[in-house]
Amino acid sequence: MKIEVLGTGCSKCKTLYENTRKALEESGKTAELVKVEDIPSIMKYGVMGTPALVVDGRVVFSGKTASVAEIMGVI
Amino acid sequence: MIKTLADWLVFTTIGLVPGSRAGEALDFFIYDTLKIFLLLTTIIYVVANIRTSFPPEKTKRMLSHKREYAGNVLAALLGIVTPFCSCSAVPLFIGFVESGVPLGVTFSFLISSPMVNEVALIMLWGLFGWRIALIYIGTGLLVAIVAGIVIGKLRMERYVQDYVWEMQVGKAEIVKQTFREKLGYARAYTLGLLQKIWPYVVAGVGLGAFIHGYAPQDFLVRYAGRDNLFAVPLAVLIGVPLYSNAAGVIPIVQALMEKGLPIGTCLAFMMAITALSLPEAIILKNVLKNRLLAVFFGIVATAIVCVGYLFNALL
Repeated sequence: MKIEVLGTGCSKCKTLYENTRKALEESGKTAELVKVEDIPSIMKYGVMGTPALVVDGRVVFSGKTASVAEIMGVI
Repeated sequence: MIKTLADWLVFTTIGLVPGSRAGEALDFFIYDTLKIFLLLTTIIYVVANIRTSFPPEKTKRMLSHKREYAGNVLAALLGIVTPFCSCSAVPLFIGFVESGVPLGVTFSFLISSPMVNEVALIMLWGLFGWRIALIYIGTGLLVAIVAGIVIGKLRMERYVQDYVWEMQVGKAEIVKQTFREKLGYARAYTLGLLQKIWPYVVAGVGLGAFIHGYAPQDFLVRYAGRDNLFAVPLAVLIGVPLYSNAAGVIPIVQALMEKGLPIGTCLAFMMAITALSLPEAIILKNVLKNRLLAVFFGIVATAIVCVGYLFNALL
């Protein structure tokens, strides 16, 4: 599984990254977790609100800081 | 009821004397803070529920290939309900332009979104009454529409950073939300927003209360009253580099108005702070070349100055 956190580096994006890390830890799943900060790559997903969460190439959340529980529901 | 509670706290429990400076300032502070937080929590929650129906992807589709004028009006109106955070300004701008939203229409949206929103509406309504709240919303939309039309007419497409036009934008996939998820989102959004703006509200109301209790009554009339023609542009010049949201600015402006700053000058100061700021300029620099950035700031600032003069003359 590959998880990408899209965001230009604001505090919300950092929170989403942290929440995702915790969700992975709690669920015991392993995945490649990357932070995508450059604009062209973010735009490739057609996302208009950051932060956004992409799981295996599919946008699951955009424009919100999802909670740990919410992220556990989609990974 | 809130007034009674504030009076009881300050004059009965703490034991300050009614009419004393410290007593009045503290009473004012507690009353305003309680009232505003009550209003903020309720209305942000309601608006957050409305917002779940207007994700930016949908707004973009509604605006793409819209013509001037009608497009500008629609964009300014959608700016009120579409969630916007300055850190999303870049992806939002690229997404709009790329999908065929005209440049001027995009700007109408970018101007209205941070300036005209539910937080400004609530704060103005709570502190100034509904009449001024509606005037602010109306003129804010007007500034966004007019500035967007002017930028569109100037044909400044080539002053957008070149890479924006070459960008490959993926097809926006709107994540469908169930009703329960929407309610959850609205709750999280309300809590998140309150968490972000509460220090501004407390600081703003605190400073406002201080001015209310301590600044001499005609202090501002003497320096920045109606007769001083430079007061409006000066208010805008001071407001542009300052960065705050409506929540922090409005209580201060209320106190200034009480001390004799005319309404037009107040509106201009408020709009300059919320619509234009240095951090925003730095973020937009990613997608705009210097000339367009300067034109954008110049036009919006001019429009705001006009609003200031207009209301000083009318009211």
